[in-house]
Amino acid sequence: MSLLRFEEKMTAVTRFWKENQLGLAPWLFLAPGIFMFLLYVIIPITQSMSISLYEWDGLGQKEFIGFANYVELMDDEAFYTSLKNNVIWLVLYMLAIPGGLFVALFLNQTVRGIRIYKSLFFFPFVMSQVVVGLVFSWFYDPNFGLMNVIITSFGFEPIAVLADERLVTYGIIIAGLWPQTAYCMILFLTGLNAISTEQIEAARLDNAKGWRMLWYVILPQLRPATFIAIVVTVIGALRSFDLVSIMTDGGPWGSSRVLAFYMYEKAFSEYGFRMGYGAAISVVLFGIMMIYITWVLYRMYRDERGA
Amino acid sequence: MSNIIKKSLGALAFGMMLTTSALAGELVINTDTSDPAPKAAFEAVIAGFEAENPDVTVTWNLFDHEGYKTSIRNFLTADAPDLANWYAGNRMLPYVNAGLFEPVDDVWEENGLNESLASAVDSMTIDGQKWGVPYTYYQWGVYYRKDIFEDLGIEIPTNWEEFLAAGATLNENDVTPITIGTKFLWTAGGVFDYLNLRTNGYDFHMALTRGEIAWTDDRVRATMANWKTLLDADFFIENHAAYSWQEALPAMVRGDAAMYVMGNFAVAPLKEAGLTDDTLGFFQFPEITPGIPLAEEAPTDIIHIPANARNKVDARRFLAYIARADVQSQINETLGQLPINVNSTVADDKFLQAGQAMLSSTTAGIAQFFDRDAPAEMAKAGMEGFQEFMVKPERLDAILERLEKVRERVYK
Repeated sequence: MSLLRFEEKMTAVTRFWKENQLGLAPWLFLAPGIFMFLLYVIIPITQSMSISLYEWDGLGQKEFIGFANYVELMDDEAFYTSLKNNVIWLVLYMLAIPGGLFVALFLNQTVRGIRIYKSLFFFPFVMSQVVVGLVFSWFYDPNFGLMNVIITSFGFEPIAVLADERLVTYGIIIAGLWPQTAYCMILFLTGLNAISTEQIEAARLDNAKGWRMLWYVILPQLRPATFIAIVVTVIGALRSFDLVSIMTDGGPWGSSRVLAFYMYEKAFSEYGFRMGYGAAISVVLFGIMMIYITWVLYRMYRDERGA
Repeated sequence: MSNIIKKSLGALAFGMMLTTSALAGELVINTDTSDPAPKAAFEAVIAGFEAENPDVTVTWNLFDHEGYKTSIRNFLTADAPDLANWYAGNRMLPYVNAGLFEPVDDVWEENGLNESLASAVDSMTIDGQKWGVPYTYYQWGVYYRKDIFEDLGIEIPTNWEEFLAAGATLNENDVTPITIGTKFLWTAGGVFDYLNLRTNGYDFHMALTRGEIAWTDDRVRATMANWKTLLDADFFIENHAAYSWQEALPAMVRGDAAMYVMGNFAVAPLKEAGLTDDTLGFFQFPEITPGIPLAEEAPTDIIHIPANARNKVDARRFLAYIARADVQSQINETLGQLPINVNSTVADDKFLQAGQAMLSSTTAGIAQFFDRDAPAEMAKAGMEGFQEFMVKPERLDAILERLEKVRERVYK
């Protein structure tokens, strides 16, 4: 009796499955991904947004204060300094792309031992950002740093790059460009490997060389690599936290802060623990990233439709 | 970002360790004493405690100094040890307010600590209760190159005119008077503390750090004007904003600079770098406003019982043990710092003896340090302002107005 009913039920399930298989299957396959995405991306984002409406030290009671954190942010000099520095980072970090392309073109030749040179050029990217930061701090050191040894040997006054509010951000960006250029280089090198030799030969026959060859034949074929290079460089610029933390700790007097660092300082550092305020900063940073992410998604969507 | 992740992972790992290790008769201690001397000192204390209390097994979790500042928030709420070290003043206030530390007045009563640790009573008390047992402190003051002073015939300055004259003589001989590294800001806080304590006195300084006085007050301006006098007379090394406090030491070791306004922990690295008792000396920060009694700065380190501790009975035994005169003598001899217990003996070291003599004769009051007396946010903004002032003194008005804005929000 019960067995019969069980079988009846099973057939019902099977029927339901057969009728809706096409509709259900994608969702089943997506389920683990969606679950992870919800747990690690969507829920934390909404949580940050809600924390930004509270005054909270991470220990005691949360106190709802509405948009007061944002109002304070609008009147916070340090916030504008960070925002300005973020823009400088975004713009100057893009230099890594032509830089990487140049090195890649230079290394894209068959010479004895070229692999070793390629690895050496890629080396800065493999190093930890902390090491890069330390190396450049020593490079800039006003007393014994290599840069100032060179400058003083020409009879100029030494420049304390990391202690000068006007120069400090540029100094850190140069340090950041070193590994980022290597990263872009490796992207372009793989791109160059995939370039169709037939097209190049055809272009040669048509008497193309030098700049025109690069501009009209090589670069169009490197478009996918360029796109990825822009994506990783923008991301790298927006999360430029490690170098700032290692090289200057945000100083002198906070003039080298970027939004990510300022958020960390307000929320988690020794003198911080204003979780709400930190969350408000990160929401603003998220907004900026969102503009960019939308652009990337739109492009990917367009490319896929076109393909 | 990876720093944060690593730190929280570390905290998580420690948390898990603690869960498995809280058995009866077992005492879990978390400390950040990871430098060689503090580590050795704690090893000795724990060994001594275990020898006297065979029924207690101590599990000791050693944290790195910087990571501890974040970890303590996690382990106090999530999985508390039985004892944890921390700092006096405003640094412990958030935890006391959040109910994460346990008041230990009973330990003080039963062991007569109100007499033996009398000097630290004020800094341990919040809302009329005592929240921990102090085990060490150290003096701040001026460390100087004795040989350079002698060569140039400079006497130890005891007042402002002599101090300025000493600086002038040093500058004439191409020696920068004071070395300092303000990259991590707090060193500038030390200079401000002394200038303010000497210009306006202890009570004013404490009222200022408690937020009761406006930063735009004329008395604050008087302190800053004195600082400006030092800046105008080229007292500090150039490019100090690029250096940490350690990176500023070589200037003094090489003899390019002759003084350092610092805590006693600077003596060890200076001696390691080659200075000796003959070339390195210590003097009290000179008087500025005549007649104002000389208050000092001496940060105190404490051991607390977290409110969520499991083995509070043995934790109290440990507090009683570490408060004892002989134990404090021993621990501070290894630390190279000063014991709080009045019956302890101070190590036979020139700097510690000088510090002990200075602090025990101080009647004007003992400040903790700018970033322990002022709340965290005020401290950060203040020290940043001091650093900026030292490089751009012409921005004084803007800096003070900014600090005043922070004060109005922080202490509301």
